[in-house]
Amino acid sequence: MSKDNPAKAPRWALWLPLALFAGFVVLVVVGLVKPKNTDIASQMVGKPLPAFTLRAAADERPGLATGDFQTGKPQLLNIFASWCIPCRAEAPVLDELRRQGVTINAIAIRDHKADLAAFLGQYGNPYARIGADDVSAVQLAIGSSGVPETFVIDGKGVIRYQHIGDIRPEQIPDILRLLKEAQ
Amino acid sequence: MLPEIGLGLLWLAAALAGLQLLAGGLSLSANGGGMAGIVRPVAIVQGVLAAAAMGILIWLFVQTDLSVKLVAENSHSAKPLMYKIAGTWGNHEGSMLLWVTVMGLGGAFVAAVERRLPEPTMMATLAGQAFVSLGFYAFLLFASNPFARLYPVPEDGNGLNPLLQDPGLAFHPPTLYLGYVGLSIAFSFAIGALITRQVGPDFARAMRPWVLGAWIFLTVGITAGSYWAYYVLGWGGWWFWDPVENASLMPWLAATALLHSCSVLAARNALRAWTVMLGVVAFSMSMVGTFLVRSGILTSVHAFAVDPRRGGFILALLAIYIGGALLLFALRAATVTEGERFAITSREGALVFNNVMLSSILGITLIGTLYPLFTEAMGTKVSVGPPYFTPVSAMFAVPMFVVLLFGPMLRWRRDKFSRVSGVLALPLVVALIAGGWAFAVGVRHVLPLLGLALGPALVVASVLPLRGRSVLRAPLSLWGMVIAHAGIGVALFGMASDSAFTVEKLVAAKVGEVQQVGPWSIKLAEVAPIAGQNWTAMEGVLKARYDGGAEVTLRPQSRTFWAPLQTNAVSALKGRWNGQLYTVLGDETVSDKGESRWQLRLWWKPYVPLIWIGGLLVALGGGLALLSRVAQDLKRRLARAKGGHRRDEVAALAKGDAA
Amino acid sequence: MAVRAKHQRLVLLGIALVALIGAGLLATWALRSQASYFYVPADMAANPPESDRAVRLGGMVERGSMKNAADGVTVNFIVSDGKARIPVRFAGIRPALFVEGSGVVAEGKLGRDGTFVADNLLAKHDEKYVPREMKDMQQARKAIENTK
Repeated sequence: MSKDNPAKAPRWALWLPLALFAGFVVLVVVGLVKPKNTDIASQMVGKPLPAFTLRAAADERPGLATGDFQTGKPQLLNIFASWCIPCRAEAPVLDELRRQGVTINAIAIRDHKADLAAFLGQYGNPYARIGADDVSAVQLAIGSSGVPETFVIDGKGVIRYQHIGDIRPEQIPDILRLLKEAQ
Repeated sequence: MLPEIGLGLLWLAAALAGLQLLAGGLSLSANGGGMAGIVRPVAIVQGVLAAAAMGILIWLFVQTDLSVKLVAENSHSAKPLMYKIAGTWGNHEGSMLLWVTVMGLGGAFVAAVERRLPEPTMMATLAGQAFVSLGFYAFLLFASNPFARLYPVPEDGNGLNPLLQDPGLAFHPPTLYLGYVGLSIAFSFAIGALITRQVGPDFARAMRPWVLGAWIFLTVGITAGSYWAYYVLGWGGWWFWDPVENASLMPWLAATALLHSCSVLAARNALRAWTVMLGVVAFSMSMVGTFLVRSGILTSVHAFAVDPRRGGFILALLAIYIGGALLLFALRAATVTEGERFAITSREGALVFNNVMLSSILGITLIGTLYPLFTEAMGTKVSVGPPYFTPVSAMFAVPMFVVLLFGPMLRWRRDKFSRVSGVLALPLVVALIAGGWAFAVGVRHVLPLLGLALGPALVVASVLPLRGRSVLRAPLSLWGMVIAHAGIGVALFGMASDSAFTVEKLVAAKVGEVQQVGPWSIKLAEVAPIAGQNWTAMEGVLKARYDGGAEVTLRPQSRTFWAPLQTNAVSALKGRWNGQLYTVLGDETVSDKGESRWQLRLWWKPYVPLIWIGGLLVALGGGLALLSRVAQDLKRRLARAKGGHRRDEVAALAKGDAA
Repeated sequence: MAVRAKHQRLVLLGIALVALIGAGLLATWALRSQASYFYVPADMAANPPESDRAVRLGGMVERGSMKNAADGVTVNFIVSDGKARIPVRFAGIRPALFVEGSGVVAEGKLGRDGTFVADNLLAKHDEKYVPREMKDMQQARKAIENTK
């Protein structure tokens, strides 16, 4: 009952939980600081686009086929959908790229005509062509695993670069540089 | 406007939490007595404000107000109403708001009704509660504002992860959160008791209903979560030792240990420092669990959207609260005077054994969950799964169950094993019979055999403390213990049955073909498309007969959701008294000759539903125990109120107290 | 009497410490033998795991390699990382969006014949990107104005 009972846990034992917890904190800090690369890069970079022909997804633009990329001029291929929220954030950025003279072709993933028309009406239409990919077949064939994604395609129809996620305003110069390099 | 009001309410609640901390802290100093009066009312108002903010967010989700970013990202106008409501907490910001709401309401409730503890301890407790809340308010307001606006307003929302569009899961997170936050109140009590050095039976009695309540919610939450994983993931398993599952199991283990050590402290004034320590650990495990799940630091099958910066914020909170509490413990625990003594063969001894075993299981679960993180820091990627967790935890669980056979029959303070060994013959015979039966029907693995033998023995042994008592006059809390312990035995039998008896068949079946799985014959009658509110599906129609009996129909689906786009299998289950038939429909395969076949995965799982029935029994036992505690408390308060009435004329005041 | 009580207390404390330290040692020992390591095909080709050890194999499903077996439930395919190719066999219901050219993590064991027998497949596909930082569109527009 007295304070200095020898059978009580030794003093150092009382600090043990704190020491263990400190170890835990160090461990997770290391885990948090270490960057994690969870994006899946396409295996198709450096290879020609697979052959595909997609019907027009919207009334005001033609559909998209592999041949449309063999123009001798590098182009962008944007994978998007009207149901995708980051695509909305990306729309003004694509618009800016178009204003700077970039040809952007698009594939709309699992979309409905009416939804897509509303999306293009509200957020603008920077696209030259929009193909409809209702079963993600072309999306998967070019090694894209989500929306939005953007591919840089050179004039011969070879995939030169894959950008995963939405393009940020500060990334516009990078995209323009990649397009120039693809020439 | 409404979102801004919600945000305003949150700021106000945060300010009140600050005031509560300040006033509570000052009231502990020698000349700050005047502040004590405002602490309780402030705590109550703070809880109400947080709840109002939560109410507003729910309303915004119900209205699908797409100008609110959180709603646009997580809801969709075509979603059924129930999932709109559940969508409120099915995301990071909403779940954090739910967390502070439950925490605020818990604190308000303590402030309103708890009168047993010395006032300084109460003030320290409420200040501690405010301190913890303040961190979570800061997290909400600075790093995860649920009321942020979105401009321009989108046409429609993004939807809710279809795996989360399930009635079981809609109420799963709030149930676990009630548990976690109940433990936060136990944590605050522990802090208050450490600060004022008032660790004794009164502290244990004040803390116990909260621990009990939190533990009931955790038990229900884990049971429901396990059943959800069982039928939604379509993998036929009920526990995967996944980080998210471990995150809910660890607080439960700590709370279970705390519950038992609390009863030792309340009844015998022993295990003082240990109980305080567990009070700190239990809530720490809730926070660690939330951190591990929300920071994305561990990958899990139940993936949440994650953001490492938020992880950093929660980690900072963890470091402050847990580190601070453990530091306080290290400084103060030595001055917490030693409690009463007891012999090893005694009720206390058995409960200490229970505590040590539960803590060990907690330890090995924590180590296993963190191990991938550890090796990744060393450059190797590993994952830790059932091959580690199951046998290693069983090594501690099995001895614990053996002690559970007789522990509750031991007397407090000191006892002789010979006194109970005679009664123990009955469960031992039951164990031998059950084990022998299992062996006879071909079970050869050690763990399933042990489980099948121990399960029924536990059920029988758990009833033994009732012997020699009138069944009707036995106290409610005793019934609670009996039912909870029996539930453990029932669940154990179910778990062992799953690994011992489950029959599985994977085939590609033509329409019209009949499959045999255990005693069932199952015919694939047809596969047809079907549409729901926000999905389309292929639905298989299975006509199943048990041992040539009456035909039953099961309809497993392969469902495609379109907002957001995702496909998943929806299993179809058919329960019988002795088990469950579990069916999953997979893809169509077309052979070279053009023959179409459908993949089917069929399981016959004898006695497996006992796992969840057992879990619910455990929770029911806890509920009865809680009921008896609350009833005793009310009786005590009423008696005090009546006494007060006789002594003077403040009856009205006292009645208010009793309510 | 007091001495005996003290003695018993020491015994209790000793049991508790032994159990907790034992739990820690047991955990580290068991983790060494039971943790399942993550391999990419190149690692697996260079350093194959023992055949009874559960491991995970991650990589891309090679295009044109997926073959359905006659039983309708087994699928054979090749997981590659550009450096090495590992044949994989899986019997079961495939996860949605498990297709050629996509990323996959297979859980299972490497058979003696060099085929990886998977008992679970995790397809690494996420249709919904969560933007790393959620900026609203106004901000994006402003930034564009500034780049001009």
